[in-house]
Amino acid sequence: MALDSKIPSGPLGEKWSQYKSSVKLVNPANKKKIDIIVIGTGLAGASTAASLGELGYKVKAFCFQDSARRAHSIAAQGGINAAKNYRNDGDSVYRLFYDTIKGGDYRSREGNVHRLAEVSVNIIDQCVAQGVPFAREYSGLLDNRSFGGVQVSRTFYARGQTGQQLLLGAYSALNRQVKEKSVELFTRHEMVEVVIENGKARGVIVRDLVTGEIQRHAAHAVVLATGGYGNVFFLSTNAMGCNTTAIWKAHKKGAFFGNPCFTQIHPTCIPVHGEYQSKLTLMSESLRNDGRVWVSKSKGDKRKPQDIPEEERDYYLERKYPSFGNLVPRDIASRAAKEACDDGRGVGETGMAVYLDFADAIKKYGQHVISERYGNLFEMYDKITGEDPYKTPMMIYPAVHYTMGGLWVDYNLMTNVPGMYATGECNFSDHGANRLGASALMQGLADGYFVLPYTIGDYLSGEILTGKIKTDSAAFNEAEKNVRAQIDKLMNVKGTKSVDYYHRKLGKVMWDKCGMARNANGLTEAIEEIKKIKSEFWCDVKIPGTANELNPELEKAIRVADFIELGELMCRDALHREESCGGHFRSEFQTPDGEALRNDDKFAYVGAWEYKGENQPQELHKEELVFESVHLTQRSYK
Amino acid sequence: MRLTLKVWRQKNKSDKGGFETYQLNNVDTHASFLEMMDVLNEQLIEENKIPVAFDHDCREGICGACSMVINGRPHGPLKGTTTCQLHMRHFNDGETVTIEPFRANAFPVLKDLVVDRTSFERIQQAGGYVSIGTGSAPEANNIPINKNDSDKAFDAAACIGCGACVAACKNGSAMLFVGAKVSQYALLPQGHPERNERVLNMVAVMDEEGFGGCTNTGACEAECPKEISVANIMRLNREYISAKLSVEKE
Repeated sequence: MALDSKIPSGPLGEKWSQYKSSVKLVNPANKKKIDIIVIGTGLAGASTAASLGELGYKVKAFCFQDSARRAHSIAAQGGINAAKNYRNDGDSVYRLFYDTIKGGDYRSREGNVHRLAEVSVNIIDQCVAQGVPFAREYSGLLDNRSFGGVQVSRTFYARGQTGQQLLLGAYSALNRQVKEKSVELFTRHEMVEVVIENGKARGVIVRDLVTGEIQRHAAHAVVLATGGYGNVFFLSTNAMGCNTTAIWKAHKKGAFFGNPCFTQIHPTCIPVHGEYQSKLTLMSESLRNDGRVWVSKSKGDKRKPQDIPEEERDYYLERKYPSFGNLVPRDIASRAAKEACDDGRGVGETGMAVYLDFADAIKKYGQHVISERYGNLFEMYDKITGEDPYKTPMMIYPAVHYTMGGLWVDYNLMTNVPGMYATGECNFSDHGANRLGASALMQGLADGYFVLPYTIGDYLSGEILTGKIKTDSAAFNEAEKNVRAQIDKLMNVKGTKSVDYYHRKLGKVMWDKCGMARNANGLTEAIEEIKKIKSEFWCDVKIPGTANELNPELEKAIRVADFIELGELMCRDALHREESCGGHFRSEFQTPDGEALRNDDKFAYVGAWEYKGENQPQELHKEELVFESVHLTQRSYK
Repeated sequence: MRLTLKVWRQKNKSDKGGFETYQLNNVDTHASFLEMMDVLNEQLIEENKIPVAFDHDCREGICGACSMVINGRPHGPLKGTTTCQLHMRHFNDGETVTIEPFRANAFPVLKDLVVDRTSFERIQQAGGYVSIGTGSAPEANNIPINKNDSDKAFDAAACIGCGACVAACKNGSAMLFVGAKVSQYALLPQGHPERNERVLNMVAVMDEEGFGGCTNTGACEAECPKEISVANIMRLNREYISAKLSVEKE
């Protein structure tokens, strides 16, 4: 099957404006007759639901949290990029586009990324107008800071809580539509199946998490905005509830899964400290603006950081990458930390950490300036570790943070299943093999505020005569039956091991064999090990309680069942991609100095996987990436 | 370390509920409070008992989901800290720890430690926004805002909507929560066109939902994990009176 990305023709800088002038519209009277379901209420979901509601569509929005405001976008710390060029430092739409394509190691689409850079400026305007309290200068104008992988200051921020403030902005827009009755909001509801009728997405099955009730909801289009699947690794910086179930069910109903192996391992997280650990905490990348990363020059150095003199320290990022220094992209910073630790020079009790040191910045600017920039992050670090980063260097180590892969979508953000869309992190579209800092918030809001509201008309203009979609069709019956069967099956295993037991086991396999460095042997083993975990899970998982009540163990079981299947696909994707690019580092493919070695002749494509049935390997489809404007080069940050 | 836990167990909304006592014998002092709860739940599953239901998600102090009263205090003993950021090193070996849900008229218990906080949602829906449609915003730097005002607006906007203020208040009042949202918009020019309707509508819903009145004890600020200041309650009162007066004038 040939995948059509539907990138408009014409010069790169004019594609989006030309598209907008020619895309089909739905007139206001007809919009009222069209129902849209939005799953997830993070930046992408809330902005999508609010904007579609404003346009006059009838929207139903669902989230599993008890409030739309608690979606995991809330936890994003550092900032949001926009090509405003307020600093007069040479930024432009093209440069943001170029940095993003290059940062993604040339595995994303030019057309999508340029559009993202174009609308980035509108996002800042929108958020400011909503009352988002971005950081300001004494002039009263907006402040910026720089982030990894770029040489301009284009990141807007709200202390270390940018995601929170942007989400509360989108949440307020959503609430306004709830009041206007254009959006109906369902909290504590989790999507457990998608309904396809005559090849089109026509609704979803959701589970009310308080009562266990299984409900049917129909619509003319279904938008998935359910975030990333990093929790497949068990330990990640994701919230505990983040899951792949919505997109995995969509995948099993025909939606192709794009580049599943592209995972971002974030370089600055608080290191793992014990067996009971439930999640990892990110320390914002913005800290690398002022913090210097180092380890001792000698192996097994057990001295306190203060006792290691300057000349015996290895500021390895500054040494290896003099032009970007501590601000290299995330994939490179993570791998360099892993190398230092593998070399026996890691610090802390476990030796699986490196220092992030603010002593020089505090000396230069004073503690009050550092506190103003990062105060809440320093406090958080202190609370978790019991150490004061004003006095002693932070210890950090890479952790799973973001997934660039996701459902394959075309330029309209529609999956290959007509009427089913994916926005934000749950699609694969804009970040290639590595996402740059402060770009996730940008993409989530771009998709929801400024892209989907335009592109969805292209499909929905063909739905104005369809009429109300009924929930008593054979497709709905079948979907609900499958959901009930899966839940019954899980409840009836009555085995001996908890859901977390299997989740941890899966996570360990994924981290060891499909993590920061991968190779063919490890991946082949991982696929077999995951198959074993799957069969054990379905024979021996233990879920207390019943399905007709608030039952967190059942919720987790439904999610973990999907993570197990996804894990296998991630390993297959990683195994087939015989090159290193961005966050996908195959140890067989590296340059003599240990950098990722791409193979553009063979792998300059999006790997989109088609589900072929239970226990069958997925089939690979390729969307060739066409580069008309940028020249593919070996990425260098030296 | 060893701990004795007295945990509130309640099957559902209509169940009367009561305390159960559990023993944990090997709690790591570096674990967070919720990780300790995970260990308890693993133990309960092992013993064929029903694990304790509790709300939690980000586990980094920002989503506002976790909602436990620990030894009589919402989010436990530490100042400016959510339950998920509280670590076991702050407890003593052999200690008895009492764990209850947030309690208030407007927060009915759904199960064990899980409460229904949708009353907060309805307050926000009544006016917690600026009516700006997507695409109609002016250029961002056309609205210069005094840095001090902007910083104060941020301090108010840092509220995570957890409800600890309500749980801490003997009247079950939501004045700090509402005050924070009203203040954010009152301090920014973007919020001014709708300031009267906003405060009147939000306060009306707050009262309908059964939250109590404010008697200025300051318990809300003392227990707020984001240390939102009671100055926001003063600003709420000022906004409310001013809105009432200007509505009357018309």
